[in-house]
Amino acid sequence: MAELNMADALNLALTQEMEKDESVVVLGEDVGVDGGVFRVTDGLLERYGERRVIDSPVAETALAGVSVGLAINGLKPVCEMQFSGFSYQGFHQMEAHAARMRWRTRGGHTVPMVLRMPYGAGVHALEHHSESKEVFYAHTPGLKMVIPSTPRNARALLVSAIRDPDPVVFFEPKAVYRAFREEVPDEEETLPLGESRIAREGDDLTMISYGAMLHRTLEAAETLAEEDGVEAEVIDLLSLSPLDHARFAESARRTGRVVIVHEAHRSFGPAGEIMARLIEDSFYYLEAPVRRVTGFDTIVPLFAREQDHLPDQERILTAARGVLND
Amino acid sequence: MPRKRVRLEHAVEYLSILDEKGRVDEKLEPKIGKETLLDIHRTMLFSRRLDERMLTLQRQGRIGTFAPAKGQEASQVAAMAALGDDDWFVPAFRETAAMLWRGFPPENLLLYNAGYSEGGAIGEGAHDLPISIPVASQIPHAVGIGYASGLRERDEVTITFFGDGATSEGDFHEALNFASVLKTPVIFLCQNNHWAISMPRGRQSESRTLAQKGLAYAIPSLQVDGNDVLAVYAAVQEAAQRARDGEGPTLIECVTYRLSVHTTADDPGKYRDEEEVEKWQAREPITRLQTYLKKKHWLSDKQIDKLEKEIEERLDEAWEKTHERIESLGDPQMIFDHVYADLPAYLESQRQSFADRLKEGE
Repeated sequence: MAELNMADALNLALTQEMEKDESVVVLGEDVGVDGGVFRVTDGLLERYGERRVIDSPVAETALAGVSVGLAINGLKPVCEMQFSGFSYQGFHQMEAHAARMRWRTRGGHTVPMVLRMPYGAGVHALEHHSESKEVFYAHTPGLKMVIPSTPRNARALLVSAIRDPDPVVFFEPKAVYRAFREEVPDEEETLPLGESRIAREGDDLTMISYGAMLHRTLEAAETLAEEDGVEAEVIDLLSLSPLDHARFAESARRTGRVVIVHEAHRSFGPAGEIMARLIEDSFYYLEAPVRRVTGFDTIVPLFAREQDHLPDQERILTAARGVLND
Repeated sequence: MPRKRVRLEHAVEYLSILDEKGRVDEKLEPKIGKETLLDIHRTMLFSRRLDERMLTLQRQGRIGTFAPAKGQEASQVAAMAALGDDDWFVPAFRETAAMLWRGFPPENLLLYNAGYSEGGAIGEGAHDLPISIPVASQIPHAVGIGYASGLRERDEVTITFFGDGATSEGDFHEALNFASVLKTPVIFLCQNNHWAISMPRGRQSESRTLAQKGLAYAIPSLQVDGNDVLAVYAAVQEAAQRARDGEGPTLIECVTYRLSVHTTADDPGKYRDEEEVEKWQAREPITRLQTYLKKKHWLSDKQIDKLEKEIEERLDEAWEKTHERIESLGDPQMIFDHVYADLPAYLESQRQSFADRLKEGE
């Protein structure tokens, strides 16, 4: 057991899976000699050599498309997009091929690949480096979409993603990479994809979030307990696709009050889908309209104003108290 | 300091072995056995007749839109004949003749074109990829497959097909660069059929040849007469040997012509002259191969008639089988199969409500 930050925990997952299974290969821009711009792939080149740790030309379409081919021919590629904002050049490969190959060939070819990428705001980066457009991937049938929140669950989920028989898009909250450490067991650990977790128990209010925003949501939940005497249940989704509908529906039915928090844009965002599902099957259990706290429907601002874009304590608490008082 | 010339020693070879009059350059003639040549001829003719049959079926409304291979049979079949079963085949959407060579049953092609994804099924362990529709998007897959063959130390070569229009796409350029840098055993086979729907070759690119695009990436690249079975075979055989020797990829531009429509959804009368088509009709690959085979006394008119009859019967049988298959595929719930390895709960519930609706409708 060691105290690791998320970047090191992800590195542990990659190292152990590459050690255990020689069909696992890593490819991406600057993933080898440089160890990745966030150091997630540090040390892999020295251990496993340049044939399994591929420093690629700057070519996102080829990275995604070549990964599809590697996966079809018996390998398990873990492909890094340097930032999610650059992944759109590879998006059509994910949508047109990674997601469809199993279906198109009636199971003849499968694409067990992982497309990893850092996402989200909060690290004072440039334009295109702070986006949260997980919906593009979550909206695409045939892909799985995973977003961890802590070092330990990031490690376990990445191992599961690598072993999964379907293509998994793995969003890493870059604001969390080095934000804190957590005990991560040395021995192998996995978590089922598509299963959320209860990050905090409570019966008065259901708060749903994931990724970097989970931590702001948890902080708000503590404030509510201290200042309002309200015990909020906080659900950490971990996967957007498949979405663990059963867990948040059960919680919503129990508390009758729901707030959803994410940094993705509001319109057609994950909260919209969650609200729709609650209206479809839990409407009569709700005591108040569901509220959402999200990034605005603007371009994600440059870093001087990125905190204005992100859900903060004030916005989360206002929404929570609004739902509690409705 | 001064402005200097960076000298690049580049030229593109053009290879032609069997000309349109049936004359052969014996020094270049590849060694292909009689049986193989007759198989190549049979598959090319079969593809031509299948195209014609499908065009009729499409006009009758029995199957949907498809892209005929007419005129490009030599580029496809001779290329595949120069490779082995363990080599990988990565097609675009006009490779009917190549697919037939690889053993795709005609009834599967008919079923696919009739709108049933079951027709696109790939058998377990087959080294064939399915039809890929977005232009050039299959090219990077070939690079990945080739890289994996190298890493797994398998003696496999991967060939991928695409058209002249595809060489304008980013996927093409990224894939070629990737393959060159990583020295992957891949053959990039461009069928320059002179038309990308309504765009003529001259407006697709100002490059004098399409092959020279490979030279920019330090990939050995050449042009061949794409209607010449012997030239295509020889070029692919040489490229395959280079790939197996660890020397990386090759780009082959097969200069050919799309004698038919882009797909059954367009009318070439709107954008090209019939004269041009007639000119290329004279360079057509099947007649040319027949002339060659007849000169060798390996094929006679009588044998061609017999073969035509056999093909017609096989196509009747294929359409009959397709019909039977369609009747057995009545349950549309299969649309939920193979989206994932295991159906997630939310999809299972969508499938269930769809099934309930089907039941109510009965």
